[in-house]
Formats: sequence, structure tokens, C-alpha cells
Amino acid sequence: MEFKQIIFYFFSAVLVFAAAMVITVRNPVKAALFLVLAFVSAAGLWLMLQAEFLAIALVLVYVGAVMVLFLFVVMMLDINLVRLREGFGEYLPIGGLVAVLLVAEMAIILGSDHFGPAQMPDPGSVPAGHSNTRELGRLLYTVYAYPFEIAAAILLTAIVAAIALTLRRRKDTKYQNPAQQINIEPGERVRIVKMRTEKKV
Amino acid sequence: MIPLAHYLILGAILFSLSVVGIFLNRKNLVILLMAIELMLLAVNLNFIAFSHFLGDTAGQVFVFFILTVAAAESAIGLAILVVVFRNRQTINVDDLSSLKG
Repeated sequence: MEFKQIIFYFFSAVLVFAAAMVITVRNPVKAALFLVLAFVSAAGLWLMLQAEFLAIALVLVYVGAVMVLFLFVVMMLDINLVRLREGFGEYLPIGGLVAVLLVAEMAIILGSDHFGPAQMPDPGSVPAGHSNTRELGRLLYTVYAYPFEIAAAILLTAIVAAIALTLRRRKDTKYQNPAQQINIEPGERVRIVKMRTEKKV
Repeated sequence: MIPLAHYLILGAILFSLSVVGIFLNRKNLVILLMAIELMLLAVNLNFIAFSHFLGDTAGQVFVFFILTVAAAESAIGLAILVVVFRNRQTINVDDLSSLKG
């Protein structure tokens, strides 16, 4: 077996195992950590497909930011796990049946008969000095400049929505009132008190 | 070399696993969100595999946009989750039925 194949099957096995653990494990914190494992092994597979920029972006953005967000939320919520697990075994047979059917159907279409080495030959490695990041950046800032701006707007919407949803005003917290602060007269702020000068010792 | 079919079937397995995850954990909103993330990962894997084998970088650009939208989606989803938990003290989907007639 070729070295590349060993790497591919190792990463695939870890990926499938981690995905299976994400959906079956009892504790949501553990599920989030297994999701991190799944993302990291997927990044390894993307590296093998010579998508270096996206592999690094997946680790940085997903493992670094989104999964930390997940972990924060899971740890903040006090969840009653027993009630949430109700019906788990009940739906396991039908769920498994659907999964097997899905994989079988997709394997018929996507199997080696239609997407094997004969139909889709290996394009081989890119020449040395080829930069995936440069290629992606060139496309993003020329052909896809308009969708890129829309993506920025979507991210801005997400920031505003997330903050607006979770912001709350507490009654016992003190807030500044800018209107009151601006409208104050100097005489109301400073009070001059006459007093005797102190004597020299 | 690894044929394209292997990557596609791996993506199919990953996708079906997350579908089963939605079946099994249909009461736990957090795991539901995680299953959606797994689904998007499977789709992204297919995009990148096709992009490699067809020699077209447009597939990678598409994955870039999917990552952006998925990050926005999970941020807003988790914010909604926090607000729901703050108001109802539960994230059980069965308890969130006040809109039912």
C-alpha cells in the first residue's frame, strides 16, 4: 500500500470515528471536543487534496473560533441531560436504516463506476512554487469580488444579530446617561468652599 | 493515488452520520447545531475533492463562502440558544412548543 493511501485511510477512519462519537456521546462537551477532532482530520484530508489555505482556515476559524464558542455555550448552560436523551434508543434502528440507505444510494452513484480512476484521472501534483493561497486570493479579489463583499456583509450581520440577541440590561447595573452629562451647567459640578489657609508649622 | 470515488464516499458517510445525528438527538439543540456543522463539512469535502480532480479553483472559493456562512449561522444559532435558555431554562425541543395552536 502506498504511503498516501495509508495517510488517507488513517485520516478517514479518525474522521468517521469522531463523527460517530459526536452524535452518540452523552456529554455535549465531549461531543464538541470530538467535533474538533473531526475538523482537524478533515483539514488533514484537505491538505492531501492540495487545498492548503482552506485546511489552515478550517483549523483557525473552526477549531479556533467556532468550536470555542460552542464550548463556551455548552459550559454556560445547565442542561438536564437525562431528559434530552429520551428517545435515543427508540430512534436508533430507523436512524441506522436511513443512514445505511443513504450511503448505499450515494455509493451507487458516486462509486468507482462513475468517478473511478478511469473517469477522473489523478491530476498529479502542482508544480513547485505554486501557491494555493495566491491562486485563491487572485480569484477572490477579481472574479468573485462582489460575492466576497456580500460575505463580509453576512459576517457583519452575524455580529450585529448575535450581540443584539444576547445583550441585556440589568436593573442593578449603573449606566451613564450622555444627554444628562452634556446638558449639565458648570455651576452644578464644581462647588467652591471658602476656608482658612493652613498655618505654617 | 486515491481515486475521487473514495473522497466522495467518505463525504457520503459523513453526511449520513450527521443525518442520523439529527434523528437521534432531536431534543438537544446543541447537538443538532453540531450535526449541521458536520453536514457542511461533508459538503465542503466533496467540493474540495472535485476542485482538485477537475483542476478548478472555483470549488475552493465556494468552500470559502460556505465556511463564512456556516460561521455566521452557528454564531447566530448559539445566540438564539442562549436567549432561549435564559427565558425558558431548557433547550429541549419538546418544551419549545408555545407557538403550537
